[in-house]
Amino acid sequence: MAANRVHWRGQFGEALNGVLARPSRLVLTALGAALGLAALVATLGLAQTAANQVSRHFDAIAATQVSVQPQSESAAGGESTVSVAMRMDSAARVVRLPGVVAAGTITRIADAPPVRSVPVIDPSAPAPPLVPVLAATPGLFAAVDAHVVAGRTYDTGHEDRGDAVVVLGANAAERLGINRIDNSPTVLIGERPFAVIGIIDGVVRHTELLDGVVVPQATAARVLGLVAPEQLQIQTAQGAATLVAHQAPIALEPNDPASMVASAPPPPSALRDRVRGDVNGLFIVLGLVALFAGAVGIANVMLLSVLERIGEIGLRRALGATRRNVATQFLLESGLVGFLGGLVGASTGVTVALVVSSTKHWTPVLDLRLAVGAPALGLTVGILAGAFPAWRASAIEPVDALRGGT
Amino acid sequence: MTAAMSAATPPTPPVVELRGVGRRYPGAVAVDAVRDVDLTIAAGEYISIVGPSGSGKSTLLHVLGLLDRPSSGTYLLDGIDTAATTERERARLRAERIGFVFQAFYLLAHASALENVMLGLLYGGASRAARKTAAEEGLARVGMTHRAEFAPSTLSGGERQRVAIARALVARPSLVLADEPTGNLDTANARGVLDLFDELHADGITIAVITHDLDVSRHAQRTVRIVDGQIVDGQVE
Repeated sequence: MAANRVHWRGQFGEALNGVLARPSRLVLTALGAALGLAALVATLGLAQTAANQVSRHFDAIAATQVSVQPQSESAAGGESTVSVAMRMDSAARVVRLPGVVAAGTITRIADAPPVRSVPVIDPSAPAPPLVPVLAATPGLFAAVDAHVVAGRTYDTGHEDRGDAVVVLGANAAERLGINRIDNSPTVLIGERPFAVIGIIDGVVRHTELLDGVVVPQATAARVLGLVAPEQLQIQTAQGAATLVAHQAPIALEPNDPASMVASAPPPPSALRDRVRGDVNGLFIVLGLVALFAGAVGIANVMLLSVLERIGEIGLRRALGATRRNVATQFLLESGLVGFLGGLVGASTGVTVALVVSSTKHWTPVLDLRLAVGAPALGLTVGILAGAFPAWRASAIEPVDALRGGT
Repeated sequence: MTAAMSAATPPTPPVVELRGVGRRYPGAVAVDAVRDVDLTIAAGEYISIVGPSGSGKSTLLHVLGLLDRPSSGTYLLDGIDTAATTERERARLRAERIGFVFQAFYLLAHASALENVMLGLLYGGASRAARKTAAEEGLARVGMTHRAEFAPSTLSGGERQRVAIARALVARPSLVLADEPTGNLDTANARGVLDLFDELHADGITIAVITHDLDVSRHAQRTVRIVDGQIVDGQVE
């Protein structure tokens, strides 16, 4: 004899009718699951939104900076040597690329003579502080977003003429005892005087600029023995960094782009995921607790429903329902309640996340999977919550159930 | 199948054949609710089983309806030995071969009369459209077409029992088992339901009515009395 098989649509229709037969109870039961899922969706959505606000801030800096260096090879003795020298006009070469906002080369003059601000050598005075000397093209100041505290930075005129001018980093100025420009201070690099025309602060890259004395690159080449720049720093328009990082080596060395290494900005997703993970942990726990409370509510009401409907269960068994048919009916009913709760919860949660985001002037960032997954999670929770009541319903003997009357 | 076949014609097995059926409820003191019952119900027969309360007639109904298993004896339904069946097979036999009519109607309050009748076919695996057509025919047969979309709560007791009878008939069962079908009805409604049973009997449907009411049993072709779990007379013509 073939197994007893109900048309699945028939079984589903019965469950739907069973759920819809008691609308007020349905609303109240689904509300429990809806609250839990709304909390989950809203908190996850807000966490995502918040994390994206944070990471966008980080990204704005990271995503607009590209630096290029010559390919280095490790030689014997641990010293890294440079196979190809960077061209002196590197900055001018890349500044024509689309997406480049500013570019400048920077070089640390390794064997520069000591820097002093006082021409007199006083044998009794402590040794003058060691201040590094850096050579840079004028565009570098813009490329690192330097903030001019006093005076000005040098321009292409100074660079082209090889003028004996310097810009001091804020820390270097303090160590050299120079804090104003209007009295035309001078520093000596070795025995050579340089006019201080400005003091800078607040750079986003190459913080060594703050500790050093910066001379025009051409000047350094003329009097300090600079042969080739070490590094090219580029500031790009937002979103152009990856493209510029690809194009810059070609612009610098068309015949041998591989000799130049452009450091692409760090991939933004790594940082973002880390921040989001931290924020979400707590929120997820809170939402899950609320959801669990909702599941307990569903289980409670379904158990009550089973006890109330003993007569109906007996009737269905008499009409040919198997234990499994009865269990399936109650599982489907509680699944439907959970699914409905999930729908309501997802829309409520999304609404809450949107409202909170807009009041905080955030851009709401919501994972679509969250909105779709919430009803699915509600369905799962409903079915799990209905498991015990469904088992109880299936265990009812029709003889006992039909004894009482409705 | 017609009423004329109700006399003994060998090729069709009797709808019900009980041989030495007993049902013992185990416990500290075992109770024999039904003892050594022999009962044959031929196709198209209309019999009543009467007895005082506690006589074992409910147990007999449950055994006949495959809701309970006898602890001894054999029960052949349409010639099928029910002792050998699994629970799933018994559920299928109930769905296809037995129609129940209860004293308390057991209509689903939230469903219309038509949907309640459709329930009678749900566990047989029929499609919704087929169930609806059959249910409409069933309602027409009990004269309830005009109440098809009514909720049970808006129907009179007699009308509710008619809907329940339509539900019992909709799967074209071999046997209609009615348990005190007029127990909750006033005299006028009870007469209406009993007249309906007479019509169904005339159409050749096999009916077994369990009752303690002699007015009800008088409608049946044959009456079987059960006292203390045993059939006392009227078993064999």
